[in-house]
Amino acid sequence: MQAYLRSDGRKGIRNVITVVYLVECAHHVAKQIAAPFEDDDVHVIGFSGCYPNTYALEMMESLCTHPNVGAVLLVSLGCESFNRNQLAETVRDSGRPVDVLVIQQTGGTRKTFEVGREWIRRTLTELEHVPRVEMGMNELIVGTVCGGSDGTSGISANPAVGNAFDRLVNLGATTIFEETGELIGCEQDMVRRAITPELGKEILACMEKTANYYNILGHGSFAVGNAEGGLTTLEEKSLGAYAKAGHGALHGIIKPGNVPPNPGLYLLDVIPDGEVRFGFPNINDTAEIGELIACGSHVILFTTGRGSVVGSAISPVIKICGNPETYRRMSDDMDVNAGRILEGQGTIDDVGLEIVERIRRTAEGEQTASESLGHREFVLTYKSFEPIGPSCLPLALA
Amino acid sequence: MQNQEQYFLRLSANDNVLVVVKAIQQGQELELEGVKITAQKTIPFGHKVAARALTAGEKIVKFGMPIGSTTTTISAGEHVHTHNLQSDYIPSFGRPGEGGH
Repeated sequence: MQAYLRSDGRKGIRNVITVVYLVECAHHVAKQIAAPFEDDDVHVIGFSGCYPNTYALEMMESLCTHPNVGAVLLVSLGCESFNRNQLAETVRDSGRPVDVLVIQQTGGTRKTFEVGREWIRRTLTELEHVPRVEMGMNELIVGTVCGGSDGTSGISANPAVGNAFDRLVNLGATTIFEETGELIGCEQDMVRRAITPELGKEILACMEKTANYYNILGHGSFAVGNAEGGLTTLEEKSLGAYAKAGHGALHGIIKPGNVPPNPGLYLLDVIPDGEVRFGFPNINDTAEIGELIACGSHVILFTTGRGSVVGSAISPVIKICGNPETYRRMSDDMDVNAGRILEGQGTIDDVGLEIVERIRRTAEGEQTASESLGHREFVLTYKSFEPIGPSCLPLALA
Repeated sequence: MQNQEQYFLRLSANDNVLVVVKAIQQGQELELEGVKITAQKTIPFGHKVAARALTAGEKIVKFGMPIGSTTTTISAGEHVHTHNLQSDYIPSFGRPGEGGH
């Protein structure tokens, strides 16, 4: 397949312009700048907060230099605290076209629309000249998340994604799973799969942090409805989500913005460090998808049972529906029908293979269901993280 | 497949439970991986049955991984749930009077 080669050597499967609002006050202007370019890959992302946050800045640096991104337009009101100069410099250093529009200096809403749209027209032409190079499946980073789950997710869509993850790792690709809050009870198995004992200890520490965080927030655990749906134990429920991780060795634990240094399977720790400060770790599925993309994911595998419709800015989302009835009702929104496993129309292995093929076609440029429907969701909230320790990425030391 | 309709799904090769993917009625005669069984009770979609006879204290394996231990002997095809399986991690909760083991 043909990829877009960036000057840092990374390869992207899309050539997106991100229009980035740096405070909610600039959101409308950013949205309207991008509005005439609905048929192009011009995506609006942003951070609503007026007060600075290191995590949000680092997330933006990772996202705006993601290999699927070709150029970046920053839209600032002018008085917010976001460090727009640092973000612009990071993007410039990566070799991408970047400009900063400060609404208060440009002369207000209408003038900023005009200047911004003119910049996008010019830049779209410029992006046609980004070099195309051959890219193998082994160069892909694939993230996974589940949302709108039901009793079918854990027995059809999630094991099928696990099967696809095993196949991807065998092809030399990089895979990332997360949702540590839904992995409570799986820690011993993750320790068993960790490539070093020290990594195992990091996983245990991460899971302890997760349990503590959720206890303080007072949610998470095993509900009566789970038992009515046929789940008997907490570890069984968690394994339904964990099934997305397949059966391979666990190569490392990363945090939002860390790009895995080697191929293999990685756990993304999305739970903030330190005392509980900014509320829920992830307010919705879109926040988790944004973090997977900040870790370099070219493609997201999203499993659902009840029927989520979301896509994402920057990286395509492939939706894998575990419930055959939901699939029939919402097939326009779905890419893969894993529900057929439950109707005897295929095995987990068949669907795993179908998912890998679907990834290949998506990487070759074919639109996913959510892309063709114009879904480009994005959200970024306040969080705080400590850097990962040296034991988290054992192969990076070698 | 002999049966036109599929009732049981094996998630992993070394699992000792199968997932019920179509609700089973009490007294129904079914084939469980080649063995004829008669359902002793109604079992809803999404629940589990034993793939083979199990002894008390045996690890139950689903997704290829342990999900808890049996509290009693279980025969092939029998419903596996809160009345005969418990977490090795923390106890599960049930509504008072339902499945209180």
